[in-house]
Amino acid sequence: MTRHQWRKLVNAVMFSITAACAAAAVCVLFWILGFLLWNGGKSLNLSFFTQLPKPPGEVGGGMANAIVGSAQIVLIASLMGIPIGFLGGIYLAEFGTGAFPFFVRYTADLLNGVPSIVMGIFAYAVAVRPMHRFSALAGGVALSVILIPTTIRTTEQFLRAVPQMLREGALALGASKWKSIATVVVPAAVRGVATGIILGIARIAGESAPLLFTSFSNQYWSTSLNQPTASLPVMIFTYAISPYADWHRQAWAAGLVLLALMLLLNISARLVLSPGAPRN
Amino acid sequence: MAATTQKTFLNRLRNGDEVAHLITLMFAASILLIAGLLVLELFGSSTEARHKFGWNFFFTSKWDPVAGQFGALPFIYGTVVTSAVALMIAVPLGIGAAIFLAELAPPRISDALTFIIELLAAVPSVIYGLLAVFALVPLLRDPIQPFLKSILGFLPFFQGPSYGVGFLAAGLILALMVIPFIISISRESLLSVPNDQREAALALGATRWESTWHVVVPYARLGIIGSIFLALARALGETMAVTMVIGNTPQIAASLFATGYTIPAVIANEFTEATENLHLSALVELGLVLFLLTIIINALARLMVLATTRRGTAQS
Amino acid sequence: MMTRKHVMGAVPILWLIGWSLASNSPATVHAAGTLLINGAGATFPYPIYAKWFDAYHTAHGDIQINYQSIGSGGGIRQLLAGTVEFGASDMPMTDEQLGQAKMKILHFPTVLGAVVPTYNIPGVSQELKFTPEALAGIFLGTIRKWNDSNLTKANAGVKLPAEDIVVVHRSEGSGTTFVWTDYLSKVSPDWKSKVGAAASVSWPAGLGGKGNEGVSGLVKQTPYSLGYVELIYAIQNNMSYGVVRNSSGNFVKANLASVTKAAAAVAKTMPDDFRVSITNPPGKDAYPIASFTWLLVPSTISDSSKKSAIVGFLHWMLHDGQKMTEALSYAPLPPEVVAKEAKAISQVQ
Repeated sequence: MTRHQWRKLVNAVMFSITAACAAAAVCVLFWILGFLLWNGGKSLNLSFFTQLPKPPGEVGGGMANAIVGSAQIVLIASLMGIPIGFLGGIYLAEFGTGAFPFFVRYTADLLNGVPSIVMGIFAYAVAVRPMHRFSALAGGVALSVILIPTTIRTTEQFLRAVPQMLREGALALGASKWKSIATVVVPAAVRGVATGIILGIARIAGESAPLLFTSFSNQYWSTSLNQPTASLPVMIFTYAISPYADWHRQAWAAGLVLLALMLLLNISARLVLSPGAPRN
Repeated sequence: MAATTQKTFLNRLRNGDEVAHLITLMFAASILLIAGLLVLELFGSSTEARHKFGWNFFFTSKWDPVAGQFGALPFIYGTVVTSAVALMIAVPLGIGAAIFLAELAPPRISDALTFIIELLAAVPSVIYGLLAVFALVPLLRDPIQPFLKSILGFLPFFQGPSYGVGFLAAGLILALMVIPFIISISRESLLSVPNDQREAALALGATRWESTWHVVVPYARLGIIGSIFLALARALGETMAVTMVIGNTPQIAASLFATGYTIPAVIANEFTEATENLHLSALVELGLVLFLLTIIINALARLMVLATTRRGTAQS
Repeated sequence: MMTRKHVMGAVPILWLIGWSLASNSPATVHAAGTLLINGAGATFPYPIYAKWFDAYHTAHGDIQINYQSIGSGGGIRQLLAGTVEFGASDMPMTDEQLGQAKMKILHFPTVLGAVVPTYNIPGVSQELKFTPEALAGIFLGTIRKWNDSNLTKANAGVKLPAEDIVVVHRSEGSGTTFVWTDYLSKVSPDWKSKVGAAASVSWPAGLGGKGNEGVSGLVKQTPYSLGYVELIYAIQNNMSYGVVRNSSGNFVKANLASVTKAAAAVAKTMPDDFRVSITNPPGKDAYPIASFTWLLVPSTISDSSKKSAIVGFLHWMLHDGQKMTEALSYAPLPPEVVAKEAKAISQVQ
């Protein structure tokens, strides 16, 4: 074999190997989807969405309260986290030169990498201990602390991507800075910012670890934000490690619902982003 | 020309820009507040354990809540081993896939596949755990681990009884969880390498692979290494999936088939029921260790990724 | 000059703060119609507690008792921290733990249960006989294989394989662990000196599962494993469990009769605070690894409606509740204990 043929062979082989790696990664997603669709699909029925959990050993029941509970907790986290992240992001993008914004940016990046269970410890100290109860509020605090750094950075990124021309144009027309931000810059970046927020919400909706000792769990409906609240990820964990076959079934169904939600949020976020908005 | 009046704070506030500046600044400062409170809480609640054990905490392996003896070594070991296994599997696969997606694949396929792979990053940890418990562990227990034992059993890593759960199971599921990160960030780094580098190599007669491997990848290596660090930080902190398949045994064992424990797993399992204050304090100290570890690794990672993308865009 | 965005950002936060402050007040809780009482603790009695709370809610629609099975250690901890209104434990609180509490805590026994050695041996469906030495040895790690002489001697007709025993224990603080280790400490001086009895011990061997649920789950899925679980978990999941030799030398199976007999000796001499251990009791038909399990209730409950709900439940539990235990293989409390306890409930103010 000539040197040239050898090099062409290597080229072809490495092409195949790397393609196989990529294919393997893609297959993993289909494996996950397949498993969840098969096992979860079998167990998904109306009672899953409408009934409360039954005592262990009894067949039947559902996770209606966990679905609503998850929504409650994520809503609280979003209400707390999105305004803070959004306005903080505006600060970093529009007013942000100097040491202080640099520290804020750096800290946000570092906080982004902190494991969610550590955030759970934080929320336990800040919300559960002083209030002397587990609550949806505490769960929301834990999740919002994860949401805020992400939102700040993505908001900043997309605001920065708005061309300077737009800002200058507004200022030239006599608008004050805040008015130009509110009426020109933010609307121009709204798609990207919305994407960032949706992805952030998707991430916290799937979190389980920080909820274990903040929102705890509840077999009933939570009528107030100050009570322990069931949530889908925690229920999946509890049911999956149990020995009851019926609980396993329900864990699969819950997993399917959760995954479907994640994928829906992620795909719609990316679709929102793609038409024309500045991508970096 | 009017003399500059002493602007009182309230006067300045009448100016809408100053108000906007102030308000958004306060919200941005909340990040510092959160970080500050977090550090305060982690240090504060772990005081009892830190004073009692000092540095020995990191070198003792006995975790005995009854006797009040807490040593972090088994958890640090477990965390490191599972992450190492995860990286050993995820890094070659991830970089290979990133190379394919950035350099060798046609752009439409590359975009479509990347989209799908980035969706993997969105799958919650507890769902990976579900799959690990019901799909991975039985596979490991029966065909895979005995097979590994039969061909590699001379190595201490593949000896001992095969439970299914253990370091290998946790490492494998972690690998699945971090691959999307490695692929995504490495791909970005590779894409940011200026085109003239590739073209120069091709002009000199290199094959596509040679141009990629000998020119593009080294150029982007900092970003790729950064992606590995980010993946490591993610693997270290992963809780749910690992808790479900690690076996919950605070022990140090050479074999990958053995069961162990990781820092996030023990916190998740024991936090609500640490009856002694010392126990809770020890758990928070473990949380502090995890926190510091992930912060350091993340900081390094971001520096590297930043260096690559900046270098790439600066010179293009 | 606040922009609309600023106002819109502030409003939900203010509303949220307002709502939580409002919800915190007792008025809102009652106005909502249902009273929620939170409890947490032992997984040992979880099946019967879940059934009881469900039945009680059906009978009293305005009272919801939310019980989370996180382990006895968790129940004690959360009760001491004040995050739950009552706890549950199969291990009586130690004097030290009681001293940590801000208020006096009362123990109310609820049922009698049994901890059984459950195993999963492919090909072996017979009931195995376990001697105390065998159990201690297995959990100490000195007996490693299923066909060890200690096991084969007691199980003459069974073909035990030459496989390693996969020991499964609890990973968190557990009353079930206390009962198990308490028994082992009584029958094995070796165990007592090396490991001891507590809710959470330094296990010489084995994997950890979370809760009785986790241990049963692991044993069910792992071939050649052996774990200790409350009787109902083994029954509900069709798992094999063995018989244990008691202090009189008989191999006794855990069931209503043998568990009731285990408590017979102590029923008449029950202390006022109800804290007792009934492992390795005298009695030729008594099951050696049985235990009471307790609800831990503070002696003073400031919220009067919660207090009456809890007191009401305790009375219901002593009468109607006791009728439901047998269906789930828990033995009801001995009548002497019921009588004594009915009087003790008045201590809850």
